[in-house]
Amino acid sequence: MSKHHVTTTINGEETEFLCETQETLLDVLRNTLNLTGSKEGCASGDCGACSVIADGTLVCSCLMLGVEAEGKTITTVEGIADGETLHPVQRQFLEHAALQCGFCTPGFIVATKALLDANPDPTEEEARYWLAGNLCRCTGYDKIIRAVMDAAAEMRGEARAA
Amino acid sequence: MNYIIPQSELKVVGTRPVRPDGVDKVTGRATFGADMTLAGMIWGKMLRSPHAHARIVAIDTSRALALPGVRAVVTAADFPDIASEEAFVGEGPMNFRDLSRNCLARDKVLYEGHAVAAVAAASQSVAEAALDLIDVTYEVLPHVIDVEAAMAAGAPILHEDMFTVGIEPKPTKPSNIAKRVAFAKGDAEAGFREADVIVEGRYTTQPVHQAYIEPHACLAQVAADGQAHIYSSTQGQFMVRAYCAKVLGWEIADIRSYPMEIGGGFGGKTLVYLEPVALALARKAGRPVKMVMTREEVFRASGPTSGAVIEVKIGARRDGSIVAAREVLKYQAGAFAGSPIGPGCMCGFAMYDLPNVDVVGYDVVSNRPKVAAYRAPGAPITSFAVESAMDDLARKLKIDPLALREMNGARDGSKTHYGVTHRDIGFLATLEAARSHPHYSAPLKPGQGRGVACGFWFNIGGESSGAVHVNEDGSISVVSGNPDIGGSRASMAMMAAEVLGVPIEHVRPIVGDTASIGFSHLTGGSRVTFATGMAVTQAAERVVDQLKQRAAQIWEIPAEAVEWKDGKAYPAGLNAGAFEPLSLAQIALKAGRTGGPISSEVTLNAQGAGPGFGCHICDVEVDSETGHVKILRYTAVQDVGKAIHPSYVEGQIQGGAAQGIGWALNEEYIYDKDGKMENAGFLDYRVPVASDLPLIEAVMVEVPNPRHPFGVRGVGEVPIVPPMAAVANAIRAATGLRMPDLPISPPKLRAALDAASGAKAA
Repeated sequence: MSKHHVTTTINGEETEFLCETQETLLDVLRNTLNLTGSKEGCASGDCGACSVIADGTLVCSCLMLGVEAEGKTITTVEGIADGETLHPVQRQFLEHAALQCGFCTPGFIVATKALLDANPDPTEEEARYWLAGNLCRCTGYDKIIRAVMDAAAEMRGEARAA
Repeated sequence: MNYIIPQSELKVVGTRPVRPDGVDKVTGRATFGADMTLAGMIWGKMLRSPHAHARIVAIDTSRALALPGVRAVVTAADFPDIASEEAFVGEGPMNFRDLSRNCLARDKVLYEGHAVAAVAAASQSVAEAALDLIDVTYEVLPHVIDVEAAMAAGAPILHEDMFTVGIEPKPTKPSNIAKRVAFAKGDAEAGFREADVIVEGRYTTQPVHQAYIEPHACLAQVAADGQAHIYSSTQGQFMVRAYCAKVLGWEIADIRSYPMEIGGGFGGKTLVYLEPVALALARKAGRPVKMVMTREEVFRASGPTSGAVIEVKIGARRDGSIVAAREVLKYQAGAFAGSPIGPGCMCGFAMYDLPNVDVVGYDVVSNRPKVAAYRAPGAPITSFAVESAMDDLARKLKIDPLALREMNGARDGSKTHYGVTHRDIGFLATLEAARSHPHYSAPLKPGQGRGVACGFWFNIGGESSGAVHVNEDGSISVVSGNPDIGGSRASMAMMAAEVLGVPIEHVRPIVGDTASIGFSHLTGGSRVTFATGMAVTQAAERVVDQLKQRAAQIWEIPAEAVEWKDGKAYPAGLNAGAFEPLSLAQIALKAGRTGGPISSEVTLNAQGAGPGFGCHICDVEVDSETGHVKILRYTAVQDVGKAIHPSYVEGQIQGGAAQGIGWALNEEYIYDKDGKMENAGFLDYRVPVASDLPLIEAVMVEVPNPRHPFGVRGVGEVPIVPPMAAVANAIRAATGLRMPDLPISPPKLRAALDAASGAKAA
């Protein structure tokens, strides 16, 4: 079985990899590129733990083939912080204790960044519907929503919202 | 020592620092079960039964072994056929023989998804292709899914050697009823004769899955001399080690078990599925083997908790005092005995001080996956029934539902129907906090309804180990033997920091593997902050004693003349002011010259876990056209003992409530006529998503547990107990309909609404 050669940009770095036809982008990220921050919770696009941003669009990397990454710009959870400086979304998740086991957290971080890139001032309801594709079984979403609203406020340069 | 003191006198405990493992988890660096890799690693995959019940006539693996890239295939024939032997794991009974046969079927498959064989190959795609080349010949047998059908005469029998335990004389015919249990207090018959009002109901609940987002995963390595390493996502690395050793027939000391970060468990990772199989494959292949379940496998072959049928009868005097209560519970165990029927029989009425109680329970096998513990195992099911009936009773008596519970509520000295007497409990304080919360008296709009319900869980202690090491620079390492499933590293570090008088930032907590720390019972039963926290607290106290002794040595004064305050040694008594205080770092620097490393490991068997109580208030609105229930407002009040890190205690309460809301409204296992699960994925097995829920207010009532140095009670399990009845009671208030069958899904509620309006029209 011959493999495909793919050239793409991941977290700002030009990246090349070989993958089998049926391999998903998530498989490639985790097993070939050792970017294990993106998680597999379902492999069917229902849980959002593998969320990445591809050319500005939030996608489940389990629903995208590795070969489809050709020429695209991909941001994974590993690319959200600026070096050692956490993104406001990451910091607010920590301050609000918006994680328990932490398995869904990478997906939520990526999905929240995508939300706030698209809509810097979401209502609580908009945030809840945007994040409805990310499952969390630990928190009941309460602290996640508070973290998202406060991250939005912080990024708008306001004080605390929630 | 005792730290049950006002919050104002505590420096670390009761505050809300960022958790020590937090940055790893928001940046993707944390290493979970499936994230580990070893050089030369290959992939393992499991072949599973397509039948609900069948005899395995033959397994031919030759075609699979011939496929290039395949390194090993194992079946039950590669494992010892072990004898029946009970092992206690903390949240429920476990039989090693059943465990072994659940890991790989022997003779018969007992449910769709039951593991039959496993293959290890160079890549995932080769391993998958190899599964198709394993030829299994089955003789399909009649199956049974429903609990009462499994109990009926003439039902297909799963285990020819299962004779109901707890019936005299011993039955002569095999049965699917593994066990009958009974608890009684007083004389229920006589009690009912005194009753002015009686409520009765028959309730059903469906199996629900723990639905942790991380599927089971492990990586196994076995050296030529038999020394094995197993890395896995588990609630107990010592449990993994012991179970693997038993199932494989190896010595415990030959297995080193590493707990990876765990992506949720809720009780579902308190046993092994993949680990012994991965070890067997790794040994056969001579290569490290990684196995990861798919979501479909998680649904079909792990967890869930029992579905059940419960009958409840409660009798009371006109003034509200309950005179008698009766309950019959039939719990599904799945394919092997071991439903949480015991706690089911105990928890329903544990909150109340009742003179006459009669409870009977049945543990019933059927052709479903073997149940696993799920958060307060058994309690949510029984409490859905009892708390629904309590609501009906309050209505019939025209008494406020919280007042009814207060009148009959357990207090200090109340003796339960299972023989335990409650001490130092916070049930009445919890009820009072719920009653005085603004939510309880907030106005509702037409079409909306409010429900309340309560819940109880024992909480446990048990064997735990904790170590505190003073590093050369005075920083502190804390090691515990319990996987951190919801922030326990933070609470361990906080308790150590409080005792040592140092800032939390100087304390780094880690979870040790089985060779790095003494034996610890698994993370479950809401025991870790209580029991392992006790071990860590004691270890920190012993370290303080050592630090004082070292300072005394440096000053050449008696150790009794040294005081430890704010992370420093002070000369005290006659020597007060005689020397400059010595900081932890200064003492650490001289440790080599004053007797060697400063550290302490404490192993204990913690007793005195305080039970927990919760009371939830839920407002709903019902869409009469679709039957959809919207949760408008939710408040969860709980007696938490002492909240070490209040944010993570709130998180437990909120998360438990959300799981209970899912159980109440959406979640269920759906089977077709062939006994195959029809909804083995997150699209069709719908757990609550962010847009399904409101903010959930967690109210912490702190009634300290006097048997823990900081007053801790377990908090993780109580919050899943009340929600199903709280939601059902709110729906009852909004619609006038008592919905006794879970889940109260839109089609079910709509049908009930249609039937009710039809009846009204007619």
